[in-house]
Parts: sequence; C-alpha cells; structure tokens
Amino acid sequence: MNPFTYERASDLQAALTLGAQSGAKYLGGGTNLVDLMRETIEHPVVLVDVTGLSCAIEEAGDGGLRIGAGVKNTAVAADRRVRDRYPLLSEAILAGASAQIRNMATVGGNLLQRTRCGYFYDDAAHCNKRAPGTGCDAIEGFNRMHAVLGASTACVATHPSDMAVALAALDAVVTVEGRHGARDIPLVDFHVLPGETPHIETMLETGELITAITLPPGLTGCSIYRKVRDRASYAFALISVAAVLDVQDGVVKEARIALGGVAHKPWRANAAEAALKDGPATEAAFRAAAQTELVSAQGLRDNAFKIELAQRVITDTLVKLTALQEIR
Amino acid sequence: MHFVINGNEVGLDFDPRTSLLDLLREQRHLFGAKKGCNQGACGACTVLVNGTRINSCLALAVQYQDCEITTIEGLGEPGKLHPLQAAFVEHDGFQCGYCTPGQICSAIGMVQELKCGVPSYVSEDVAAEDFELTDMELRERMSGNLCRCGAYNGIVDAIQDTFGTAEPETEPKTLPSKREAA
Repeated sequence: MNPFTYERASDLQAALTLGAQSGAKYLGGGTNLVDLMRETIEHPVVLVDVTGLSCAIEEAGDGGLRIGAGVKNTAVAADRRVRDRYPLLSEAILAGASAQIRNMATVGGNLLQRTRCGYFYDDAAHCNKRAPGTGCDAIEGFNRMHAVLGASTACVATHPSDMAVALAALDAVVTVEGRHGARDIPLVDFHVLPGETPHIETMLETGELITAITLPPGLTGCSIYRKVRDRASYAFALISVAAVLDVQDGVVKEARIALGGVAHKPWRANAAEAALKDGPATEAAFRAAAQTELVSAQGLRDNAFKIELAQRVITDTLVKLTALQEIR
Repeated sequence: MHFVINGNEVGLDFDPRTSLLDLLREQRHLFGAKKGCNQGACGACTVLVNGTRINSCLALAVQYQDCEITTIEGLGEPGKLHPLQAAFVEHDGFQCGYCTPGQICSAIGMVQELKCGVPSYVSEDVAAEDFELTDMELRERMSGNLCRCGAYNGIVDAIQDTFGTAEPETEPKTLPSKREAA
C-alpha cells in the first residue's frame, strides 16, 4: 500500500476542501477501497474520512425518505421505515456481502464500489478500466461473471452492488455536493456504461461527494429482491432482479424491474416494463417481456447462460409477485 | 492515538496504513484474531467495535480511534471461558481452531444484531417485529465466517446451545447459557 495522509472531515465544507486536494479520495467504511489500495490498484495521496458526516435517515417531506450517505448498510436494512415502506431495499442490502462488511460499509461507498473483475484486480493483466488503453483480457478470458448487456469492446465488467439495483427500481435520487453546490442525479443515470472509457464509472466530478440518497414516496403493489448466485450466501450475483409489481384485476398497472450482475451499472429494464404495462399478468406475458429486455444481450465464452437465466429469473419473480399480491 | 482494547485504555502511534488487525496482533500481541484472507472474505479477523462485529483486516486502525475494541482475549481466558467458548468445546465447534476466535466474536455480534431487530436475507418478512434464531437464520447470519475444517454443524450447535432460547443481555459476558440455566 502506498503512503497516504489521513484526514477526518469535521463537516461538509471541510470535506470538500480536503477532497479538492490533488490525489485525494473520500473514505467511507473502506471495505472495498482499503482492499484496492492494498492491491495498489487505488493509490490515493490523501484519504478524507467522511464517515462522520450525513449519518441520518430522515423523512423527505413528501412521503419519501432521505438516507445520508454516511449511514452504514446494516442501519439502512434495519431501519423501521425502510423495512415497512421499502422492504425491497432492505432485502437487497441483506443479500450483499457479509454482516461484518455491512456493519462497516456506508451507503455512499456502496454506490462507488468497483467491479470485482479478476483482470481489473490483477495488475499483470490488460485492463482498460485500471490502465486505459491497455486492452481487456476478460473478453477472451474467464468471463463467467461478466456483463451481457451494455458492454463494449473496451470493457465487459459488471457493477457488484445489490443495494444499487434496488435503488434503480425505486427511482432513487443521488444528491452530490461539490465546490459549486449541490445537484441531484437519478440513480439510474448515476452509473454509466463503459463505452470507450470504462475507467469513468459515474457522473461524479472530481472532488464531488455523495451526501444522500432520496427515495420517492411509497410503493404500490408488491416488491421483492431475488438474487441467484453460485452459493446460498455471501457471493456476488450471477443475476439479480429487483421488482415492484402492481396488478389489478389481472392487468399490470405498474411494473418496475432492475437487474444486477448483467451490466456495468444497475440495469433498469425499461423495455420489459413498457411491454408489461396495461397487459395481462400472465406467465406468458412476463416471459415475453423478459425476452424483449434481453433481445440485445450478447454472451461471451463463459457467460451466455446469463441471457436465458435472466429471463427465467425475471419471469419467475413476476409470477411470485402476482401470487403474493393476490393473497394480500 | 487512543483506543480501549479489551477494557484497557491504550495510546498507540502507528502508520495510517496499519489495519486494525495488524495493530492488534503486531502492537498489542493479541494473536486471537487471525489474518486468513486479509480481504474480508473469511471472517477469521472478526472483532467487536463498540459491540458491533467487523472485519478488522479491512479496517484502517486510524478510523477506529476512541472506540472500544473487543477481541477473543477480552471475552474469556483459560479457566474462565465465555459460555460460547465452552459450548464450542462441548459441541466440537472446531478442529484446527484457526477460525474460532472470529466465529465466536461474530456470533456475539450476531446475537446483538438479532436483539436490535436486524433482519437477514432469509427472513420471511423483513418488516417483522423480531426474528427467531432458526438454524437457517443462524447459517445466513454467520455466512461471513468460513471454517475450512467444515465444523459448521458443531458451530451451529454451540451457538444454538448458548443463545438459542436465552434472552440476550446487554453485556455479552453475562449472557446465560442454556447449560447454566439448567
């Protein structure tokens, strides 16, 4: 690990001033950043500890909820208001990592965690994300965990977060602060596709700090976070589905679907949602909508199974949600 | 920098790159917490910070100034075992013992989480008032602690025997075990 200086920010302004220094990086729980520093993939000169800032979960005024970026993942998952009004978010957080890591990790840090692509971590490998312009060894290599949607010839990495997939389905908004003030970015736009610049992963500008995530007012219908992985617990998603479904008299009034494990960002399934809206809540319709979403998917040597798996998990999740709403 | 480690106030000086695990092992010679994977995957380094379980290998020690750190050495000692340590012995909750300090610290943190109403991924309804420590809940909640000897059944039995039916107390040290109650 390269040497760095450690600064604890006393308030937001102090954080932004410290964060404006060359080579500065904000530090949350450190569960991903410390590991990346140890692997010398990240080498900040200054670490600005922001864990003491933005640590509250508050009513947003219009029936929504504002979650400070410094709140620990466990605290979000255990919050009574989140569990009652946004159970999907609790479920997604609890599907990720281990209890120890959730106790350390912050909400802001969760959004900014980096891919676990093995070639990104291996500094003997070619990786456009780690070293722009060097190529991508994953495309011809072991790519079972990699992206099938929205990938490019420069990068096929996936975003590892579960929490962010639920936030995408919930239409959450990310608030960031910089020296020029605050701005709100819809979560679905916050992360970007790799294109030719996979080292750019979010809309954040240099020195900007995530301060909060706001959830819009409550959901109608039923919701669930479903994660399919290589073992029952503590593994990254092969496919995950965050879904909210409202069915009335056999007709889909609203469907919101986001996918994890398939792309460089949490993937909002807009095509499937459009196909489902005002249509019949039947398994055949769910399957057709899932096919519509995956029509542009492209498999690599080891991960083509994800294309069919994603469709099956989407379909099965919607069938379950329909049944769940009927019995409630 | 100031820490409270196993009830003792200590002032320590160290490079900011030092992990909490290295601080405990190299500077305080507390060798209970182990460096297994050093990347948060195995849980052998689990300690309690202000009663909450964390992976000390991923923790920069500098972030935990002024905190109360509890390691396995602070829970029990030879001849005066913590009830959960005694239960691990009784139920063969280990073979080589390498993961055991992390397992025990983790289980104590887990019981506190359960008491605070933290749900898990296998909880039927995350909005429920409280959660029962079924074997399935226990295994999910302990999934951040690997045991390469595969002593999982014994670990589950030891934790259930200690915490399964008893109402957890605030202080982990005074938790009654089923054995004591009987």
